[in-house]
Amino acid sequence: MEKELLEHGLNMNRRKFLSRLSIGLGSVALGSLLIPDLFSGDDEEAIMAGLPHFAPKAKRVIYLFQNGAPSQLDLYDYKPKLREMQGQDLPASIRMGQRLTGMTANQKAFPLAGSRFNFNQYGEHGMWLSELLPYTSKVVDDICFIRTLYTEAINHDPALTFFQTGAQVGNRPSMGAWLSYGLGSSNKNLPAFCVLLSKGKGNSQGVYSKLWTNGFLDSIHQGVQFSSGENPVLYLNNPEGIDKADRRKMLDQVAKLNEENYQNFGDPEIKAKIQQYEMAYRMQTAIPEVTDISKEPESIVKLYGPDCLVPGTYAANCLLARKLSESGVRFVQLYHQGWDAHDNLPSQIVGQCKDTDQASAALITDLKQRGLLDETLVIWGGEFGRTNYCQGVLTADNYGRDHHPRCFTIWMAGGGIKPGVYGETDEFGYNIASNPVHVHDFHATALHLMGLDHEKLVYKHLGRRYRLTDVHGNVVKDIVA
Amino acid sequence: MPKINFLAYFLAFFAGFCLWNACKSANGAEELPDKISYNFHIRPILSDKCFACHGPDKNQQKAGLRLDMAEAAYAPLKETSGAFAIVPGHPESSELIKRITSQDPDYQMPTPDSHLGPLTEREVKLLEKWIRQGAVYEKHWAFLKPVKTELPKVSNRSFPRNEIDHFTVAKMSEKGLKPNPVAQPEQLLKRLSLDLTGLLPTASETENFVQQFSDQTYEQAIDRLLASPHFGEKLAVHWMDISRYSDSYGYQDDNIRSQWPYRDWVIHAFNQNMPYDQFLTWQLAGDMLPNASKEQVLATAFLRNHKYTEEGGVIPEEYRVEYNLDKVKTYTKGVLALTVECAQCHDHKYDPITQQDYYQLYAFFNNSKEPGFEGDVSTSKPAKTPILTLSDAEVKETLRFIQKKDTGAVMVSVMGELDTLRSTFILQRGAYDKPGARVKAKALEAVLTFDSLQYPANRFGLAQWTVSKDNPLTARVFVNQIWQEIFGAGLVKTTGDFGMQGNLPTHPELLDWLAVDFMEHQWDIKRLLKQILMSATYRQSAEVTEHHLQTDPDNLYLARAPRLRLKAEFVRDMVLKTSGLLVQTIGGPSVKPYQPKGLWEGATSGRGVLKTYEQDKDSSLYRRGLYTFVKLTLPPPSMILFDASNRDQCEVKRARTNTPLQAFIMMNDPTVLEASRVFAQRMLAEQGSLTDNINRAFQTILCRKPSSKEMGILETYYKDQLAQFTGHKLDAQKTLAVGDSPVNKQLDPAASAALMKVVNTIYNLEEAITKS
Repeated sequence: MEKELLEHGLNMNRRKFLSRLSIGLGSVALGSLLIPDLFSGDDEEAIMAGLPHFAPKAKRVIYLFQNGAPSQLDLYDYKPKLREMQGQDLPASIRMGQRLTGMTANQKAFPLAGSRFNFNQYGEHGMWLSELLPYTSKVVDDICFIRTLYTEAINHDPALTFFQTGAQVGNRPSMGAWLSYGLGSSNKNLPAFCVLLSKGKGNSQGVYSKLWTNGFLDSIHQGVQFSSGENPVLYLNNPEGIDKADRRKMLDQVAKLNEENYQNFGDPEIKAKIQQYEMAYRMQTAIPEVTDISKEPESIVKLYGPDCLVPGTYAANCLLARKLSESGVRFVQLYHQGWDAHDNLPSQIVGQCKDTDQASAALITDLKQRGLLDETLVIWGGEFGRTNYCQGVLTADNYGRDHHPRCFTIWMAGGGIKPGVYGETDEFGYNIASNPVHVHDFHATALHLMGLDHEKLVYKHLGRRYRLTDVHGNVVKDIVA
Repeated sequence: MPKINFLAYFLAFFAGFCLWNACKSANGAEELPDKISYNFHIRPILSDKCFACHGPDKNQQKAGLRLDMAEAAYAPLKETSGAFAIVPGHPESSELIKRITSQDPDYQMPTPDSHLGPLTEREVKLLEKWIRQGAVYEKHWAFLKPVKTELPKVSNRSFPRNEIDHFTVAKMSEKGLKPNPVAQPEQLLKRLSLDLTGLLPTASETENFVQQFSDQTYEQAIDRLLASPHFGEKLAVHWMDISRYSDSYGYQDDNIRSQWPYRDWVIHAFNQNMPYDQFLTWQLAGDMLPNASKEQVLATAFLRNHKYTEEGGVIPEEYRVEYNLDKVKTYTKGVLALTVECAQCHDHKYDPITQQDYYQLYAFFNNSKEPGFEGDVSTSKPAKTPILTLSDAEVKETLRFIQKKDTGAVMVSVMGELDTLRSTFILQRGAYDKPGARVKAKALEAVLTFDSLQYPANRFGLAQWTVSKDNPLTARVFVNQIWQEIFGAGLVKTTGDFGMQGNLPTHPELLDWLAVDFMEHQWDIKRLLKQILMSATYRQSAEVTEHHLQTDPDNLYLARAPRLRLKAEFVRDMVLKTSGLLVQTIGGPSVKPYQPKGLWEGATSGRGVLKTYEQDKDSSLYRRGLYTFVKLTLPPPSMILFDASNRDQCEVKRARTNTPLQAFIMMNDPTVLEASRVFAQRMLAEQGSLTDNINRAFQTILCRKPSSKEMGILETYYKDQLAQFTGHKLDAQKTLAVGDSPVNKQLDPAASAALMKVVNTIYNLEEAITKS
């Protein structure tokens, strides 16, 4: 009820809200996280009421972003035809003059390159998976593989930005920021949107803080970068020489002095500041607890693999993601770099899969055994796919693949997702044969699962109502349970 | 405020909610104005609810109807014979009124699937009354040339000190508000110093000012601060957001670049009080001035501060177009306060800007020599073509404002025109590879006719058009930005949008008066600032009363001075200056102060020289926030957490949030801790009494004397801490060991650490980072 009431405060700004509630502000900090924009007091108002728009299937998201673009042809989209036609030129009837990146646009030939890796069928839907994914193959029945994602960008930066913010350029809010804005946090001591970074040994493309930006939304919706190291959140730890009791003592003085000043000025902002310090204090306890993996049982370490004890690895981040999500963090965003295999793809992808396969599958198993998978949406995927033809020289056991935006595979599991396989590509794995899913559709679907209508989750900024899906997007109903 | 238990708290929430509802219905019953104004009452409704389908975008017009022009709105409806959207004088026969009041989902407007409706009762009544009064249309207020109106007659004769006050106090009376009394002298000096230099006064400056306070010394303080070399730094912080200044190229590899001489020029130009029209002209077209000097060319870096990709494999034209779009955006948002991006792909839905208008404007920037791609990061240089190279000798002789070490030439990306005009086409749906009809350079007709006899059809012509005294936007927009710098919000709150979807001015006559006055006085920026700072409106105290909170919680009507959290850069400056650590050098290459470890390393592609954060040493650790290195893909976290722009694009206004992460910075950032230690030891070394030291720290940081109660709290805290450190319950050595500057070993560690904790406590007060 409190939350409902707070939501009615949405159209009021901070000062109005505070002034009309002339009371001790015990949970203003809570309100600020629950109710976006309440504390910004800005002209670019929120135009929302009654969130979520309908009963959500999922309450939280964990997005395992595979940065650099994994090769769908070596992992998920089985194309025996490419092996049959190994080395032959991609037929012009298939390529249809589509634009290519500057890296292969000048290649004289486009020799088809079949995957070096063997595929087998798994699970009740008979999903074809590459031998590179032994762990994923065991949880295949919990997953929906979408083989027909497509995007508009052909270079990393715009494609990543598109996936994260719904636009290739511009300082738009990222998906996690939109969810923070729309749904707030369900843990008053943790941010609604957390970000975890890791890097594989393959060719990397970098990540950028604009990927987890709040854009024009309030900075309270910005992704907070976490790490599994000693200082899990920037500036969180007390300096050497200051312990918890001592911090408490210092904050008591700060509160007393701020209170004095409140008596002088009567500005509700001063009260809000006192509460933010109290919340900071609570976070100093809550965050180390949630990021501490030393108390995880042996079975969990075994499940995620020994890397999960090494801070900063993908496995450690998957485990941390589970813990954050379990504690109520609305959106946990991982980025794992190293998938950009323009050359030496076979050797690079082996390393990448070794780093990610076990932990990705473990996350599903772990959520499931805790009864959390039903309410947690897990997403795995990159910013585009890779070409069916070889970049550079094709040899018997080596090849590289350029960027391919026209079709690629991502998977989703958990909250509200119907496991199975969705969409077909052509026998060359170059074009979509049926059921295309645009990035905007993907966003619309993810929001839908969270109980949000992507056409109604809007924010008015500089005279325009913005959406994550711009003016596009359709919910892919077929994959919703 | 009493402490209350949870239940009471809950009830209070509920009461608040009911109260809010009550206010809402009270508002609904508020009387309608006698004379309904199209600009101030009607257009906001039509623009927000109707123009998306019945506005300027001809591709979106439903039923062939547009409501943004009188002739079209009065004409017979194309799809409903015998009916008219608006019949002037007759709301009852106007189809518009019938539709907005209908309950029938197939008939009502806005349509249910637009998610825009229905209109409120008040909106409907306003529309009815407007139609009854003849449905008179007006040109959008911001596109009408501003004129100086007569000063409003005011009953409160004692308040006004200059023209500004006549406008503000008239508005206050209208809203049932009275101005606050004059603020305490120490607050006034703090305010003036922050507003003009971004730096606090010293404790002795404050003391002298308080002792000798008079109208005359107040004015003298303004003049002194306007003449300070730090004046340019203060305004440059604002202009760096507009010009989206950064020290790296952005995009994935995000290598280093050297645009900082441009930043030094901006500081210099503000310090020289360069007239705003000239300031703009140089930045837009300095390279095209007759016999352009290197300084004039340097100013055009304004148009080249955007991001550049060094990603292998990009299609150059895609990015060349992208860079031009960014130039258009920066110019329109930062200089004209118009949002025109919509018209990249289609006619603007709200403002009278067609897609053709957009590409005509784009054409001014499209003749730049720059290629879309100059190679990947392995061939990266500190600037992109066209490049201005500045030698040591040039810097020493003519460009002395550039703070450059003797290390050879420095390169800056600037503007330069192609010899043969590059054709410009309308890009269909904004796509770089879908050119449509060819267009020629022409500025926005809706703002001011671009007379081809008066202005050449190039960037220089655009600059002249921009600073023409007939241009209705340029002066208003800048005056509004300056107002925002001082009062926290502009007279038009949407600083970046003076279009139809933007906010209306709260004090339209004042805005116009200031804009015209500014132009009449040669676009004199320092004069404009002095005018505002001399006003009685500015000098009010910041005290917030219950009456304020009830009647004007947003302080729209300025019956009190605002209380504003300092900008990120000035939070840093405050800490460094008060502790004595600040190195006040102006300009030069950006610096890398303390930053949490591993941030750049965790996000890099592994290429380029910025893949690792090489922290600076010595004096470079203590420069003003303006000089902190901005790497676009990972801008400095302590700045971002305090709402600094990420410099990805032109920004004209920052948010002001209050988050727990900001508390962490003040508690735990080594910058703040080191400053606390240095300040404490400096005081101890001078052997003052405890009371003296606490007084001094308090006055230096908060610019006022502590009350006896405040003094008591801090003294008690000090004594407690001293006992803890002396008794080794807390570790003084560890506490003191923060930052690169040396610890003074001569001083008692326990006393040092205890006083350090006191100073740090003061830094953590809300008042320390607030202008009030």
